Amino acid sequence: MNIVAPESLIFWTTIIFLLLLFLLRKFAWKPILGAVRTRETSINDALAAAEKARLEMQNLHADNEKLLQEARAERELMLKEARELKTKMISEAKDEAKAEADKMVAQAQAAIESEKKSAIAEMKQQVASLSLEIAEKVMKKELSDKEKQLKLVDEMLGQAKLN
Amino acid sequence: MRLTQTFIGTLAFIAVLLMPFKGTASDPHQEEGGGKFDPKELIDSHVWDSHEFHIADWSGHPITLALPVILWTDNGLTIFSSAEFHHDNSGTHVVEANGQEFVRYREHIFYADRFSQEKFQETSTMGRPFLYEDRPLDFSITKTVFSMILVSLILLLLFSVAARHYKKNKMAPKGVSGFLEPVIIFVRDEIAVPNIGSKYVKYMPFLLTTFFFIWVNNLVGLIPFFPFSGNVTGNIIFTLIMALIVFIITVFSGNKYYWKHILTPDVPKALYPIMIPIEIIGMFTKPFALMVRLFANITAGHIIILSLVGLIFIFETAAISPVSIVFVLFMSVLELLVAALQAYVFTLLAALFIGQAVEEHH
Repeated sequence: MNIVAPESLIFWTTIIFLLLLFLLRKFAWKPILGAVRTRETSINDALAAAEKARLEMQNLHADNEKLLQEARAERELMLKEARELKTKMISEAKDEAKAEADKMVAQAQAAIESEKKSAIAEMKQQVASLSLEIAEKVMKKELSDKEKQLKLVDEMLGQAKLN
Repeated sequence: MRLTQTFIGTLAFIAVLLMPFKGTASDPHQEEGGGKFDPKELIDSHVWDSHEFHIADWSGHPITLALPVILWTDNGLTIFSSAEFHHDNSGTHVVEANGQEFVRYREHIFYADRFSQEKFQETSTMGRPFLYEDRPLDFSITKTVFSMILVSLILLLLFSVAARHYKKNKMAPKGVSGFLEPVIIFVRDEIAVPNIGSKYVKYMPFLLTTFFFIWVNNLVGLIPFFPFSGNVTGNIIFTLIMALIVFIITVFSGNKYYWKHILTPDVPKALYPIMIPIEIIGMFTKPFALMVRLFANITAGHIIILSLVGLIFIFETAAISPVSIVFVLFMSVLELLVAALQAYVFTLLAALFIGQAVEEHH
């Protein structure tokens, strides 16, 4: 072991090391470690953000799926309702038409009936008046001959016995 | 651990790129001294510190980068160029500066009138750097300090470029920051967070600076040519200061649980006379182990590589060179791994000690 002068190395090593420590600390370690830490933080943040975005995408996808399902269900419902409405409308229209037709038929029947009645009544009148005229004429003609008058009276009396 | 694999892969690639330089680097030294080759001298000159930066030898003359010699003498601050010693290391060439005379003996600068070779030889290797009554306080920019400054500049340049890149580019990193960011993240996620816990942010600048400073110093020490090759992390004073800084941070970060664990551990009161000294010694052995581990690993690696190169000159035959080359190649690749590994281990243990100090128990 040959140490030229211990005091020289003790002095210079201490000075140089401390100076180097001070300078590197100020100009190298702080900026470098700071930058490394910042980068690590930013990488972690980016990864976390990516993960969050992925989850959001997943949620969005699920939402979309849900929305689609809902839309489909709604469409189904609307179609069903429309079909029902159609059926109902048709049946209603049918019913109405039938009712109208029935009413008309009824009215027609009533009219016919009343016409018939009035016609029958008129006919009865006519028949009555005609019968009376005929009877009058017959009477007039029959009663113009005595014999016949008597005969008739007999006949009628005969009939009355029967009654 | 894909990150670690990539990391080691990159190192291996750099290792292969640098290989061609390894063999040539030590060669100029062999001609030094002319006659007998001294492997110890070769190894010492590479592993030890010096007042000038030896670049190469040109026809027997060393080409060096003269570094400033800064002395705190009896007459105050004295500064002159190490070139004034004219490569003399034998204590014979006297340099006059600030009204005083200095000599250099085996890289130690003495007052010329108080230097005695006999006294130096009598002093133990460990004691030689501390002969303060014979020498001025030496605050010179030595080769090690020069390398340290160089590495600091490389780091500042590299990371300021990376930091600027982050200001402009908010996207994924590329270029310099693309290479550095995985390493920074590695320090944060594999060293700081598991060992310190939620309070790691406060210690990140220290851990990152320590990791990169040690790592790049280790790598620079393995590059065998100017202006690299300075053996900073293989210098025990450097590792001592680094470990001391870890120790100071640990002690000042210590919460009440940390101090309670040391001063009133959960053992019967009768064991306190044993336990408390053990815990207090433990406070110091941890950074001590940090200091020795880094120093020993790096120094050992350098010595092994240089010894293998030295084989060629010890056997004085080129026939041994294939063996040397293969082993040096292997060792160099291994050292590149060790360079990163030791930086990792040092930072990991520093984080562990700090973690123990700030841990919230019970």
